[in-house]
Amino acid sequence: MGGWAIAVHGGAGVDPNLPLERQEEAKQLLTRCLNLGISALRSNLPAIDVVELVVRELETDPLFNSGRGSALTEKGTVEMEASIMDGPQRRCGAVSGLTTVKNPISLARLVMDKSPHSYLAFSGAEHFARQQGVEVVDNEYFITPDNVGMLKLAKEANTILFDYRIPTSGYETCGSGVESPLQMNGLPISVYAPETVGCVVVDREGRCAAATSTGGLMNKMTGRIGDSPLIGAGTYACNVCGVSCTGEGEAIIRGTLAREVAAVMEYKGLGLQQAVDFVIKHRLDEGKAGLIAVSNTGEVAYGFNCNGLFRGCATEDGFMEVGIWE
Amino acid sequence: MGWAIALHGGAGDIPFSLPPERRQPREEALRHCLQIGVGALQANMPPLDVVELVVRELEDIPHFNAGRGSVLTNKGTVEMEASIMDGRTKKCGAVSGLRTVVNAISLARLVMEKTPHIYLGFDGAEEYAKEQGVETVDSSHFITAENVERLQHAKEASIVEIDYSTHPLQNGTKKVAPIAANGDCQLGTVGCVAVDSKGNLASATSTGGLVNKMVGRIGDSPIIGAGTYANDHCAVSATGKGEAIIRGTVARDVAAMMEFKGVSLMEAADCVVHERTPKGTVGLVAVSAAGEVAMSYNTTGMFRACATEDGYSEVAIWPAS
Repeated sequence: MGGWAIAVHGGAGVDPNLPLERQEEAKQLLTRCLNLGISALRSNLPAIDVVELVVRELETDPLFNSGRGSALTEKGTVEMEASIMDGPQRRCGAVSGLTTVKNPISLARLVMDKSPHSYLAFSGAEHFARQQGVEVVDNEYFITPDNVGMLKLAKEANTILFDYRIPTSGYETCGSGVESPLQMNGLPISVYAPETVGCVVVDREGRCAAATSTGGLMNKMTGRIGDSPLIGAGTYACNVCGVSCTGEGEAIIRGTLAREVAAVMEYKGLGLQQAVDFVIKHRLDEGKAGLIAVSNTGEVAYGFNCNGLFRGCATEDGFMEVGIWE
Repeated sequence: MGWAIALHGGAGDIPFSLPPERRQPREEALRHCLQIGVGALQANMPPLDVVELVVRELEDIPHFNAGRGSVLTNKGTVEMEASIMDGRTKKCGAVSGLRTVVNAISLARLVMEKTPHIYLGFDGAEEYAKEQGVETVDSSHFITAENVERLQHAKEASIVEIDYSTHPLQNGTKKVAPIAANGDCQLGTVGCVAVDSKGNLASATSTGGLVNKMVGRIGDSPIIGAGTYANDHCAVSATGKGEAIIRGTVARDVAAMMEFKGVSLMEAADCVVHERTPKGTVGLVAVSAAGEVAMSYNTTGMFRACATEDGYSEVAIWPAS
């Protein structure tokens, strides 16, 4: 009991035919981020700073769907959103509709710390970013060739995609002709993978924090807001735990998923893993999602009801694990 | 069991000295909206339609902070937001940053029913509204003289207010609005919750937000689990200080307490309001699947009304003394 714990994720719902080299790349990124968080925790950085630090790293790397490498809107642009929550006083900050801010999670942090509000969006958020002097870049910076290709595919299918990380060269070998029976949001999983990113941490003082960041759904309507910036849905932290979710946004919002983990701990007295299992099993109806969580007593847990969750976790006693599948 | 309905026009520091000319039109409006809701339930309209209907009516009334009568951003503009939730299916819809849409709650409903998404904001939401052909007007339609004054007052005092309901100027002398120690005057948001005799629940909330808010600021009203929530236990609509309601996931918490702790609607509502949210920041209306009503608030007052099938009805602002 006690001691720090950390978990990171890069999205729930993974194509079972994902090429091994992509799986390796993902695991390496998760490992790197975990190590970043671990050394910060060893230097006694507070939980809230650690989650921000780690999510910044995930945003900067183009692999997953946040910051650079974000999924594209129907107009071919990027609109990013994020939220962060500090358990001890349940302070929170969130942003949506960002188009030039290099690290959305840091702007969410500034909303929490430096504004009278909890949530800023679109041009108001961009304006605040400039007032605060955060790093801004052209929208093109966030757009990767992979995602441009995916948007084309999505439009051809004339449907909403969550994400798709397999590059066209890999697609021939693993995607075409392979009928995947697995579906998410009514689409074959070979064309779905949300790859939202998140981090949850409890530090040595027992303080929990959570942070989530995403580019959202591929081919989404402009102005569409998902679960990631919504406190209680994609992100939640309080005295007892910190939670970050990923998956089908609608299911996460309807299920107020992140809050649910804390609620069953508080109101039903469940332990962390029990709470995570309960929520995944009973709160998702037909929805597909995953989440990572830490408790104020230094535990870490994750759960998902789809076929994979890009994740990594570590605790102070030396436990460390990075995984994708069950 | 039987149907039940409750609605609110905002919780806040509503002074007992509120002059009749400001109190009566609001009481009349609450009574009027209640009648509309009751009539609809008696005609077996589904609760989801009832809450939308009632909130549309509240949005159109300039005395409350939603639709016409919305408070203004720090740039003197309106940015309206709303959300709706169907307890039976747990489907939900939300919108933020609307400038021209006459009925935000109806756009939220369309997002829920006609798009693959739950929540649309700002330009994207306005574009969608035009595509859908919903009624839009010039932004000036929503702006009232009262709110222009409120903004002026807030800027002079350099505070972000939720709202206040005293007359800002009397007899030419500048009267300082009663503000709580933390600098907030609290009143705002409209909402409605309803249940039919079969236990189907729905909730809807709509607002202009905080006076002098930053452009782009989103409050609790469009956030499922914060300002609005409905499942098969209860339906809740909250009002007050958005930031406190968000961090407290107020609407969800009422339902969670009922479900996980087995407490009654009233106990859950009172616990969330009086024990789990800071004083002076929140009010809510709620109905349960069994047809009960709760209207709790930890502010000076809350504009509210409710009715149940057994004939009970109430329109009030302050606690019964």
